[in-house]
Amino acid sequence: MTRTRLAAWVLIGGPIAVFSLWAMFDNTRLYFVTLLNGLTLASLYFIVASGFTLVFGLMRNVNLAHGSLYLLGGYVGYVVAAWTGWWLIALAAGFLAAALAGLLMQWGILRHMQGQELRQTMVTIGLSIVVADILLWIFTGQVHQMEAPEWLQGPIRGIPLINAYGAFRLSLLGFGIAIGLFLWWLLARTRVGMMIRAGVDDRAMLAAAGVNVNLVFAVTFALGAGLAGFGGVIGAVELSMVPGEDIRLLLASLIVVIVGGMGSVVGAAIGAVILGLSETYGLAYAPTYSVVFTFVILILVLAFRPRGIMGRAA
Amino acid sequence: MSAAQWRRAMNGGLAAAAARPRPMAPRTLPAAPAVEDPYAASDAPRWLKHLWRTLAPRHVFVGAFVLLFPFVATPFFTFQVAAQSLVLGLIALSLAFLAGYGGMVSLAQMTVAGIAGYGLAVLGTSSSPEISLAWPWWVAVPAAIAFAVLCATLIGWLSVRTEGIYTIMITLAIGVAFYFLVLQNYSVFNGFEGLRQLAPPTVFGINWRAPMPFYFLSLFCAMSGYFLVRYIVRAPFGVALQGVRDNPRRMEALGFNVVAHRVAAYALAGLLAAVGGLLLAWYNALMTPGSVGTSWMINILVIAVLGGLKHPIGAFLGAIVFVLLQTFAIDLIDRERFNLVIGGVFLAIVLFSPDGLLGLWAKLRSRFGPNQVLTSTQRRHP
Repeated sequence: MTRTRLAAWVLIGGPIAVFSLWAMFDNTRLYFVTLLNGLTLASLYFIVASGFTLVFGLMRNVNLAHGSLYLLGGYVGYVVAAWTGWWLIALAAGFLAAALAGLLMQWGILRHMQGQELRQTMVTIGLSIVVADILLWIFTGQVHQMEAPEWLQGPIRGIPLINAYGAFRLSLLGFGIAIGLFLWWLLARTRVGMMIRAGVDDRAMLAAAGVNVNLVFAVTFALGAGLAGFGGVIGAVELSMVPGEDIRLLLASLIVVIVGGMGSVVGAAIGAVILGLSETYGLAYAPTYSVVFTFVILILVLAFRPRGIMGRAA
Repeated sequence: MSAAQWRRAMNGGLAAAAARPRPMAPRTLPAAPAVEDPYAASDAPRWLKHLWRTLAPRHVFVGAFVLLFPFVATPFFTFQVAAQSLVLGLIALSLAFLAGYGGMVSLAQMTVAGIAGYGLAVLGTSSSPEISLAWPWWVAVPAAIAFAVLCATLIGWLSVRTEGIYTIMITLAIGVAFYFLVLQNYSVFNGFEGLRQLAPPTVFGINWRAPMPFYFLSLFCAMSGYFLVRYIVRAPFGVALQGVRDNPRRMEALGFNVVAHRVAAYALAGLLAAVGGLLLAWYNALMTPGSVGTSWMINILVIAVLGGLKHPIGAFLGAIVFVLLQTFAIDLIDRERFNLVIGGVFLAIVLFSPDGLLGLWAKLRSRFGPNQVLTSTQRRHP
């Protein structure tokens, strides 16, 4: 380890360690509950942002309609859950609805302007305005709160240091880890994943190798959009659905991939944990300035690692 | 997809760029000596001769129109439509300058404008005396502008650390983070309520918020900004900036400091946006989180793209269209659905005419009109 790296660790880790020690002695339970809150929020961020980073890594396409896909998945999940009463079906429906919407976007519009990054991004901005307004039209500005399924309702008791913690929130951790493992398996162990990884490195070469790149793009886009919708259904229980949530999750996705490194799923996980923890600790200990911490993290990362923690040169 | 198709798709941007005319040359070279200068003999000052050479009937027409407009239009049109268009156009101009000549599409221009507005509200007077410092306007206004320019420089320094499409993400993140900051913070920004009753000072015995004075104030600022941009892009700095946009590596090799040029462009655009932000704060008479929210950040992009992101005048054209839509679309459809209309118009422009309304106009002219081409100053899409 070089000296500068050590200095960076001390400079960043030192204050955090001091704060942790102080907070632990001050109020042990608050500290650990906040830790768990941060990690569960981080799993939601990870689920949404991993789709964003997947799409960006392969297609260099900043999909600013990602938040709208999240909202779409959430609302569809809400309707389906009210209709069938099965939360797991709602989860699948949210995933499928957003994946279908993403597929339509990629196949119908974005495919025709491949390589024009700015134009693609502006198209997604336009789409996000339109989709957000249509959703507002249909579902009005009311808060839609989804019930957690019965087997995840109520607190889990008897956890050391914390006593009780919401079962659904705890299950979020499981969801995040499961999605992470699934993505690792998909990218590292399957043929499709191999193509995606190859595409991230060199699209032209992948096409030259005889792979139908458009199909790979479409699959990846659908998967990325579907993850946003999946996150939407989870978020509908955890946070609630209102117009404006799309912007919040879009901001979270942006910061996660900027901090973590664009196009890297591991980076998305690291970024999500950093953002989730800083946001919840900020809210718990300095409520009116919690956004400032996010700012500081963004500035620090951009100042020292402009491409993000796990980012590589394009 | 066949290999040939694929290659075309991959090279589409480059090939299209190469096929387009190279418009840089006629703009940046000194006036072509081929045409004999009819005013060479006269002993008028140089600036007057330059004016006579470049002045076209349409300039005179537009100039006369904007000067006479408030005398024939109703106060509603003067204030709500014309002045608002000029103010929004000025903010959009800062984005058009950054994007068109610097190749950096920043969504944080509205944030810079908002920082200036909030700066004025906090330093000057507002409805919340416990927050506002109540400095006199001739201190508060320059201080607010200076602070906003400083923030714009910082935003620029942050976002130029990465390139291209990353800029849009970073500036969007900064802008949204600022929105959440003003929304959550009550000690300085008064949270959701915002700061109200921001009135322009009464100077020379004129109430500057009355429709006609405010119109002329906006007109003065907007035209100063427009001509400043027109001047800058021909000055050495502007030419170097366009070089940085087109090929940063070559400019670096030629000894230009790429980062410094980009940050300076952000600072200049920040100045324009800050002035626009002050005017907007006076126009609305309040600063709330909503005025720096995502919808307004994106509206500024919509305005600039609507007119044509590569032309300074496009910002004002886009602003006029935007304000007219905003004002009169309500009569045609439900007020609530304005976002649908503006989003649809934006989508249509991006999909079918990436160079905005001016691009559309140029296309129509080259198809139906006499054989002349309106060239943009931009070789590649930013």
